[in-house]
Amino acid sequence: MMGRKLRGAVALAAALAALGCQRETRRFRESPPAATSETAVSMSELVPGPKTRDLPIRNPYERNAYAVSEGERLFNAYNCSGCHSHGGGGIGPALMDDQWIYGSDPENIFSTIVEGRPNGMPTFRGKIPNYQVWQIVAYVRSLSGLLPKDIAPARDDHMVAGPEPQRTEPLRPKHAFTPAAAEHP
Amino acid sequence: MSQSVRFWWSGRAGVAALLVTVGICGCSKGGARAEPRRAGADTVRTDTVTPPAAPAPGGPRATIPADAAAPEDGQWTRPARDYASTRYSGLDQINTGNVAQLRVAATFSTGVLRGQEAAPIVVNNTMYVITPFPNFVYALDLTQPGLPVKWTYKPKPMAAAQGVACCDVVNRGVVYADGKIILNTLDNHTIAVDAETGREVWRTRVGDINLGESLTMAPLVVKDKVLVGNSGGEFGVRGWLTALDLSTGKLAWRAYGTGPDKDVLIGPRFHPFYAKDRGTDLGVATWPGDMWKIGGGGAWGWISYDPALDLVYYGTSNPGPWNPAQRPGDNKWTITLFARDPDTGEAVWAYQITPHDLHDYDGINESVLLDVPWHGQVRHVLLRPERNGYLYMIDRATGEVLYANPFGYINSTTGVDLRTGRLQYAADKEPELGKVVRDICPAAPGVKDWQPSSFSPRTGYLYIPHQNLCMDVESVEASYVAGTPFVGMNVKMKAGPGGHRGELTAWDPVGGKPVWIVKEDLPVWSGTVATAGDLVFYGTMDGWFKALDARTGRELWKFKTGSGIIGQPVTYRGPDGKQYVAVLSGVGGWSGGIVAGDLDARDSSAALGFVNAMKDLPARSTKGGTLYVFALP
Ligand code: HEC
Repeated sequence: MMGRKLRGAVALAAALAALGCQRETRRFRESPPAATSETAVSMSELVPGPKTRDLPIRNPYERNAYAVSEGERLFNAYNCSGCHSHGGGGIGPALMDDQWIYGSDPENIFSTIVEGRPNGMPTFRGKIPNYQVWQIVAYVRSLSGLLPKDIAPARDDHMVAGPEPQRTEPLRPKHAFTPAAAEHP
Repeated sequence: MSQSVRFWWSGRAGVAALLVTVGICGCSKGGARAEPRRAGADTVRTDTVTPPAAPAPGGPRATIPADAAAPEDGQWTRPARDYASTRYSGLDQINTGNVAQLRVAATFSTGVLRGQEAAPIVVNNTMYVITPFPNFVYALDLTQPGLPVKWTYKPKPMAAAQGVACCDVVNRGVVYADGKIILNTLDNHTIAVDAETGREVWRTRVGDINLGESLTMAPLVVKDKVLVGNSGGEFGVRGWLTALDLSTGKLAWRAYGTGPDKDVLIGPRFHPFYAKDRGTDLGVATWPGDMWKIGGGGAWGWISYDPALDLVYYGTSNPGPWNPAQRPGDNKWTITLFARDPDTGEAVWAYQITPHDLHDYDGINESVLLDVPWHGQVRHVLLRPERNGYLYMIDRATGEVLYANPFGYINSTTGVDLRTGRLQYAADKEPELGKVVRDICPAAPGVKDWQPSSFSPRTGYLYIPHQNLCMDVESVEASYVAGTPFVGMNVKMKAGPGGHRGELTAWDPVGGKPVWIVKEDLPVWSGTVATAGDLVFYGTMDGWFKALDARTGRELWKFKTGSGIIGQPVTYRGPDGKQYVAVLSGVGGWSGGIVAGDLDARDSSAALGFVNAMKDLPARSTKGGTLYVFALP
């Protein structure tokens, strides 16, 4: 029989191990966020009437380094890099800066990829499986430093194009500069 | 043997140092094997030395063939002005003696802040200006003070077309013919509007954005045909040049840049000069499998026309993808110069300039038709300052290369074998999958990109605006997804030897070598125009519009416009009898994408690697879209 203390310690260790491991977990079947995003996405900061708080969609891949590196691979494989380079942009806008036309929240980027955007962003609806889109979303957010440092890709095996996402400081994520006074009482 | 003496002189305002190279030479005999210039041989010195007088051009000189010249009526009816593509104006009111007094006569905002690469067109006291996407066309009344707008035409192209424009959403100009203004829209429509009223006469869709196609080139009208070619070498398009009927817009013929002979319009009349370009269905046989169907070879550049031979000349774009390992073979007919019958499209000869392209050296640059004294004979030639860095002088009746001499620093190739016509690659600069190859010169935009040269029959020189850039590359596997880029190359560009990124070279076609070179810190991405006032006009990417002495290259005047200049200057006689010079200011294009597209300079691969060489541009030019018209007081 195990003593109480010992059981507690084992549980704690197990919990810690689980937490510590999440970064490196390679999950091949992941439940992506349930939403297909359609209903939960707001494109505007201007909310008429009393302020409603839309619950941000949590993208579980943002806690999983493997998923983010998969996102990086897919970003090249689906030719996102052809239009956005390695985040600095070209045909499409830069994705490593703090300028977001259509929002930087995971659900915004998800919609951007799936629906397309009018000025030349193709719609990838039906072309990329949902779970891969969420992996790409996580990687896109890492480009501008919006992911925790221990998750963001650290090393690029290619000819160095720019700073690694791990070393990229977030410039101005959406909502970050909303002054407190602007919050509805 | 040739000798050259170099003088160093810093520009009048000390902005650009000038290197004046005076060639005292006879022409090199026979197979002029190109000798690449050595790296590091040129360094900019700032001490001031008075430049010498240019060599008196008393000797044999190149001339414009009379049939292909434009009448000296003070107008500018197509971007290259004449069929020979000389961009030469016989107007001399503004000249070396008075250009210092040149000042702004009028300005006009185009309302669009992307790269302004177009030439303003002047016909019947009206100026026609086309903007980058969304391709507005303005007709400005030159008879009224302040150039009021007569009409505006908005073609309303699909916004999604912006996603298939590799290098900013530019447009290189409209053309006037038969009472109509003909324009191309980014989303693949060729449109004719009434020049008087701006009413649409016809509109033909010639391509499809979902195949990665777009239109950025200026159409050319030859007899009753409108010639149009597609862009999309970075999108795996199948390139083509198409002729539309001038009065109805109906498709007359289409000549593909890849595929079987019947699609390329190669038939019994086809007689290439070199054995390497002869054979059946080479547009299929020189590709692996079906790769020719997505192999590029568009015609997004300049077309010239020789009425005497009744042939049109144009070159095709790079093959796709950039990663050459994915397309072993010569990849015909990409980067190929074609001579075609304008009525039927039939190819009469072709010369593949850069077979199995390794570095994106498109062959779409201008062909300047000239008659040049050569070994005791006058040869009817065309001059092509190529992206691969060689200036080719080619017999325009046969396709024989008379010389191919470097006009910038080259280490990616060692020369052109004039016996076989083949470009000789330097093995150590060949991209390899998973390997970084460094210091390839010239870089992907070449020693010279689309920006057109001009020629003055008074000096006999060709005035070439160009770059001095090198690059590091890493090839990666490209996957073809229709409507998205098909490149497979990570690129990082940088300044070439000497550290300056641009040059304006005056080339002597007879001697086959530069006469003088003006160094510019930034790539010279604007066109040039040469006038009978012995002036050469061009603009810089930080907004200076400059006039040089056509004989010596000495800077005589400059004016700072609101944004970087990448457009094509023109000059014309106004209804008041005065000479004017006009240019669009508004930075962008491939080189200026960092400003026009707000790209992030921390990613050196942005804009296909051009951003790395242009990190200082945002501090030197903001976006713009303004027409400037200059005149003497
Ligand atoms: C054919 C070129 C092209 C491809 C391929 C492409 N994009 Fe885009 N992208 C664009 C353009 C152009 C825009 C700007 C659209 C607009 O402003 O309406 C854009 C916009 C975006 C935005 C919105 C940026 C903002 O500021 O809100 C994101 C995020 C994005 N793309 C990600 C991707 C991802 C991920 C992929 C690959 C799955 C991809 N893109 C593939 C051209 C492309």
